[in-house]
Amino acid sequence: MSHAMLSGTQLLGFMPVRASTVAPQVDAAFLFIFWVSLFFFVLIAGLMFAFIILYRRRSPGQEAGSRVTHNTPLEILWSVIPTLIVCVMFWWGFRIFMDMRTAPENAYEIQVEARKWSWTFFYPGGIDSDELHVPIDTPVLLTMSSQDVIHSCYIPAFRIKRDVVPGRYAKLWFQADKAGTYPLFCAEYCGKSHSDMRTVAVVHENGEFEKWLETANPLTALTPEQYQEYVGGPEAFIEKYRSDPQFGKIASKLETPEKLGEKLREKKACTQCHTIDGGASTGPTWKGLFGSQREFRDGGSVVADENYIRESILEPNKHIVKGFDAAMPKVPIKDREIEALIAYIKTLK
Amino acid sequence: MSTLNPTAAISAVPAEHGPGEDNYLTHGRGFLSWALTLDHKRIGVMYLVGIITFFIVGGLSALLLRTTLLTPGAKDVSKAFVTHDMYNVLFTVHGAIMVFIVIIPGIPAALGNFVLPLMLGAKDVAFPRLNLASFWFWCTGVVLLLSTLILGGVDTGWTFYTPYSTGHAMAGVIPALFGAFMLGFSSIFTGLNFIVTIHKLRPPEMGWFKMPLMLWAVYSTALIQVLATPVLGITLLLLIVERLVGLGIFAPELGGDPVLFQHFFWFYSHPAVYIMILPAMGVMSELIAVFSRKHIFGYRFIAYSSVAIAIFGFLVWGHHMFVSGQSNLLNMIFSALTFSVAIPSAIKVFNWLATLYRGSIWLATPMVYALSFMWIFGIGGLTGLFLGTLATDVHLHDTYFVVAHFHFVMAGTIFVFFGAVFYWWPKITGKMYEENLALWGALLSVIGFNITFLVQFVLGVQGMPRRYYNYLPDFQPLHVASTIGAYVQLIGFGLSILCLLRSLARGKPAPMNPWGAATLEWRTSSPPPWFNFHESPPAEDPYDFSLVQYDPASNSYVYRGAAQRAPAAAH
Repeated sequence: MSHAMLSGTQLLGFMPVRASTVAPQVDAAFLFIFWVSLFFFVLIAGLMFAFIILYRRRSPGQEAGSRVTHNTPLEILWSVIPTLIVCVMFWWGFRIFMDMRTAPENAYEIQVEARKWSWTFFYPGGIDSDELHVPIDTPVLLTMSSQDVIHSCYIPAFRIKRDVVPGRYAKLWFQADKAGTYPLFCAEYCGKSHSDMRTVAVVHENGEFEKWLETANPLTALTPEQYQEYVGGPEAFIEKYRSDPQFGKIASKLETPEKLGEKLREKKACTQCHTIDGGASTGPTWKGLFGSQREFRDGGSVVADENYIRESILEPNKHIVKGFDAAMPKVPIKDREIEALIAYIKTLK
Repeated sequence: MSTLNPTAAISAVPAEHGPGEDNYLTHGRGFLSWALTLDHKRIGVMYLVGIITFFIVGGLSALLLRTTLLTPGAKDVSKAFVTHDMYNVLFTVHGAIMVFIVIIPGIPAALGNFVLPLMLGAKDVAFPRLNLASFWFWCTGVVLLLSTLILGGVDTGWTFYTPYSTGHAMAGVIPALFGAFMLGFSSIFTGLNFIVTIHKLRPPEMGWFKMPLMLWAVYSTALIQVLATPVLGITLLLLIVERLVGLGIFAPELGGDPVLFQHFFWFYSHPAVYIMILPAMGVMSELIAVFSRKHIFGYRFIAYSSVAIAIFGFLVWGHHMFVSGQSNLLNMIFSALTFSVAIPSAIKVFNWLATLYRGSIWLATPMVYALSFMWIFGIGGLTGLFLGTLATDVHLHDTYFVVAHFHFVMAGTIFVFFGAVFYWWPKITGKMYEENLALWGALLSVIGFNITFLVQFVLGVQGMPRRYYNYLPDFQPLHVASTIGAYVQLIGFGLSILCLLRSLARGKPAPMNPWGAATLEWRTSSPPPWFNFHESPPAEDPYDFSLVQYDPASNSYVYRGAAQRAPAAAH
């Protein structure tokens, strides 16, 4: 999974960068509460220290300078004033919240699937990605579902968050108004690699999002004939079409299947559970996997060939290798991507 | 209640006693004289020892967490000292120990047990056997909760959210749930006992509005304990049944609803926040008045605000679910109700401040803790406003802002707990402690606490999610600062505990009333005799400090008696 880092300047300020239409509204409410709180805190702490200094006991037997026990008008006053102030906070926060919850009719829809411990974003037209890509100045509606436990989609730069509860769809909308790459976190604890379930939201400048969509999945953009030609000789294929006026954009995104497989390992979050150096993790290592004898918990065994790897990806918990748990989720993946992954695994001797 | 009054023979004994006098500590010897005791003071002391022990365990687990967070996390986790899984177990254990084992029973079961009957001038609580059962339930709960560490571990967080806890978590969830279940019953027993004790064992001349405010707070707390804790018990049992036999209450694939669990859980666990904070507020009212040597300001407002907090506290649980998919209407209602709790909390702070005004402020260790809590609770309470406001909560929910907020509120009560320990220590042990060492401990732990958690507010505002083992490198400087604060706290709390141990070993004998308090527990010897009082003292205004006068000869305060007192304070 790739992580674009926040730039240092973004973090120097107290609030993170504002990149959605709702963010300035949230920050305005935040700052109102902040200044009110600061006023009351300085008042309380200031009086406290003033009283400590002014009225400290100078000799052991010293009596208090006042014997007052209460003052009802004063007490009513300091009950009523805070009540009025919090009413403002409540109403202000509620109004913005309703804006956050009410998506415009014409919003661009993206389906989101969450699982332990990765995200997949599905765009209209059969395109998918592990990062959230959106056009600038366009309302976007995320329809989110979870395969397993509760996750939560949190994009600090947009000031939005919504739990993804299994068994129902969770909707979240926003309109990004500043191009850039912003962190996207899972905010609801979801197990071992919860903290690694993070990716980015990429806001594209005007017109750039459509270009990104065209070349987002270069492998699947190939026709069957083109794919055959690519598999027959990937490097020659890329060289041949690189400068093609129509097809060049996609061809230049292609690499050898081995290299694409290596990138897919990151993108599909395989890295969280499978090492490539023989080290132990949640799942078996990929080093020396291809062609090895696999011993299963149920006593069976098989030689790890292309069919075995394909089946292990599509139906991850059908056969569990000895010493491991059935912990792998079904990750959305296309046939051509599986072939690239197999090509990569074959290189890990 | 004739059994509660001292017999004629005892009341014939003179009021002052030397150190060799029979007291509750020397009354019986041997393990069983403690393990099977029905004496509220001994039960309180056993609770105190247990709670401080687990405060250390919970604190050290937090130090391991903070140490792990010094670095943002490497790809090569096999070389890390604390792994992903260990980290998740550690924060679960830290939370569960601190909430269920330490803070919830902290002030009521340890100190409340000790002082509640004394404050009433009574011999014991209403149900001494139930009190002992409560302690042994607590012990059983502790053993069960910690047995999870050898029975597979638990990595759900102290919140046990479904469906993670039912279908995905480590193998040790069930023992941990049983542990929390038992601790819940221990808490119910304590609460029930206190309610009955306050109703039935108040001396005839002590009306409701003559009670020390500590008792109002403990009473309000007990109401929550008795009414809310059973819901937690049922919820945990449902969770156990679902995990064992697949009953479809919470699991979506069986037709259950994971958010239902959150409603059940927070229906207890939000009021539980007030179980933690109300007794602390009660202690605050005592400490602020005694060490200002001035009548508590606005007694009735403080008393009513305790009850108001207890009632409103039941109606705000939904604010934990603003982003869970709860309907807009529910969110609106819960947000509005949440703000209603802010008002009685603010009233208390203003009343404490007004008590300080023109008082005679003595900066002894308990008072330093109390003043620290005013600072800490000020921050904790005010940052709650950001979380009660819907729009800002969406951004801050499940980030370090929330972590910092609830530490400032809930963990802040630890400072009152320590303030209360130092305040009643002379009464409990009969020994004084070293003032300088105690002050250093208090100051360092307060400063460390503020460093640790103030920076976490900033982390949260910037979007750092909680329960993260790895994090973006941009957050590292603030994490390092927070960890440094945690180490300062280690030194501070270490010194405080050391100070208490030194006092046990070589503390000077404590006078009857070292602080000049007017509540009844200071009208018996330190430590108190087995039967608490040789003569049942008459209950008077607990905040009329003209009743006790400084005595330079003994460097302590003596009761002057109603007959010689100055003209009554102006009302």
